[in-house]
Amino acid sequence: MKPVVVENIVQKYRIKKTVVDALKGISFTVEKGELFGIIGPDGAGKTSLFRILTTLLLAESGNAWVDGFDVVKDYKEIRNRIGYMPGKFSLYQDLSVQENLEFFATIFNTSIEENYDLIKDIYQQIEPFKDRKAGALSGGMKQKLALCCALIHKPSVLFLDEPTTGVDAVSRKEFWEMLHRLKEQGITILVSTAYMDEASLCDRVALIQKGEILSINTPDGIIGQFEKPLWAIKAKEMYPLMNAIKDDPEVESCYPFGQYHHVVFKTQENSKQKLENIARAGHYTNVEIEAIKPNIEDCFMALMED
Amino acid sequence: MEKVITAKDLTKKFGDFTAVDRINFDVQKGEIFGFLGANGAGKTTAMRMLCGLLLPTSGQATVAGFDVYKQNEQIKQNIGYMSQKFSLYEDLTITENIRFYGGIYGLSNDRIKEKTAQLIKQLHLEGQEKTLVKALPLGWKQKLAFSIAIVHEPAIVFLDEPTGGVDPITRREFWGLIYEASARGITIFVTTHYMDEAEYCNRVSIMVDGRIDALDTPANLKKDYSADSMDEVFLHLARKAVRTGD
Repeated sequence: MKPVVVENIVQKYRIKKTVVDALKGISFTVEKGELFGIIGPDGAGKTSLFRILTTLLLAESGNAWVDGFDVVKDYKEIRNRIGYMPGKFSLYQDLSVQENLEFFATIFNTSIEENYDLIKDIYQQIEPFKDRKAGALSGGMKQKLALCCALIHKPSVLFLDEPTTGVDAVSRKEFWEMLHRLKEQGITILVSTAYMDEASLCDRVALIQKGEILSINTPDGIIGQFEKPLWAIKAKEMYPLMNAIKDDPEVESCYPFGQYHHVVFKTQENSKQKLENIARAGHYTNVEIEAIKPNIEDCFMALMED
Repeated sequence: MEKVITAKDLTKKFGDFTAVDRINFDVQKGEIFGFLGANGAGKTTAMRMLCGLLLPTSGQATVAGFDVYKQNEQIKQNIGYMSQKFSLYEDLTITENIRFYGGIYGLSNDRIKEKTAQLIKQLHLEGQEKTLVKALPLGWKQKLAFSIAIVHEPAIVFLDEPTGGVDPITRREFWGLIYEASARGITIFVTTHYMDEAEYCNRVSIMVDGRIDALDTPANLKKDYSADSMDEVFLHLARKAVRTGD
């Protein structure tokens, strides 16, 4: 059986009389040794899904198996086999770096020495601070310690819930490099993120929004599903230009992307000319238009609109 | 061009640690200015000095024409501030939050009423006036928080990582509000971890170890560092950092 199998999982939360549908019947499987990304904004259902798969929350309905074990019946087996790094820093703040690591090793009946090769690369970066209390570490170091603690028993599947939220671009890049090295050692990794640009670093991704999976594919496959030509336009007067494009009845969508606006038309004939006409009519200056390849954000937004 | 922020050799030391090390820059009226740097580079300290919350150790700075040493109360009245961590009162309703901040910034009752009606309409919150802020989706909270941060039409608004975690469409609606405010002449000073957002700014500065190591338009920075994206520019500069941590 595949390391993660999810079948029609539904989760609801009841707050007084309102019912919130956190997961609306989602299904997917993860292959052995795969780095699988769950990509979506806050409130999409990522954490609910992770809590169900790590046996910390019972789903309303549906089935799921991790490493071949049922998340409801075999929860004890699963807990012994997986590593879990929750989104909120959950180590013992008043224990030192080394004490935290020893604690988690002992809980899983192992020792730091036994699996040191797995965490060596990461642990060496925080070892100079091994006597410091975990609560006094910087964000990037906390994240590295949490990853070491989740790995110390050599888990078969690693669950990382938004490990890079609030972390700067340099630490994010280092973190993904660590994940790729772990993947090479055969660990199956499920990672969630709200940063769309991180999708390209995964083998496959599930784009998730409001409890539903919009698409599951490789990053290139997701981009390949974007069928309409995409135009990038810039001018000196970006804000009025955006309003003018949005007001044109032929335009399907126009979104700002930094220095450019990305534009899709409803019908594709002469679409470049149509864009040139809008720019000319408004007398915008320094206009540049080019055809571009969509990125994951373009795709996510197009899927959200469907 | 009118300068809304000027900083000359602005420095802050904590004991023998130099958090902000002689930074120099100007921000023009209506400009969208991105203030980037890795965790621990000194962004928050610099921003606290500019908001009149922390006295510099040396150097000069003015914000909205007021001196950061002597006129910090005037600065506070003439700026707006929003961060993801703190902005609105969750247990007050939408209109109560507008009324509260309007009152804090000294708006008259009539003006508050007028502003409330205008914001509710602009943000399409009709019928939800009495909803508690904690019941709003994150994206709406952020848009409301931004609109309230500029309820008193300040000269400048400071945005400290304003858009984490929202979906890409909502994020763009938020930037739509920023563009609109900038077109009205409000200066935007924004920090973010999203390097693609740096490209929405007219100019960006990148702090490394307390210094400003680069300051230009995103297009020029990419050219200078032969990079395809601001992410590459940022990594190139921030990897030189000696300091680590928050």
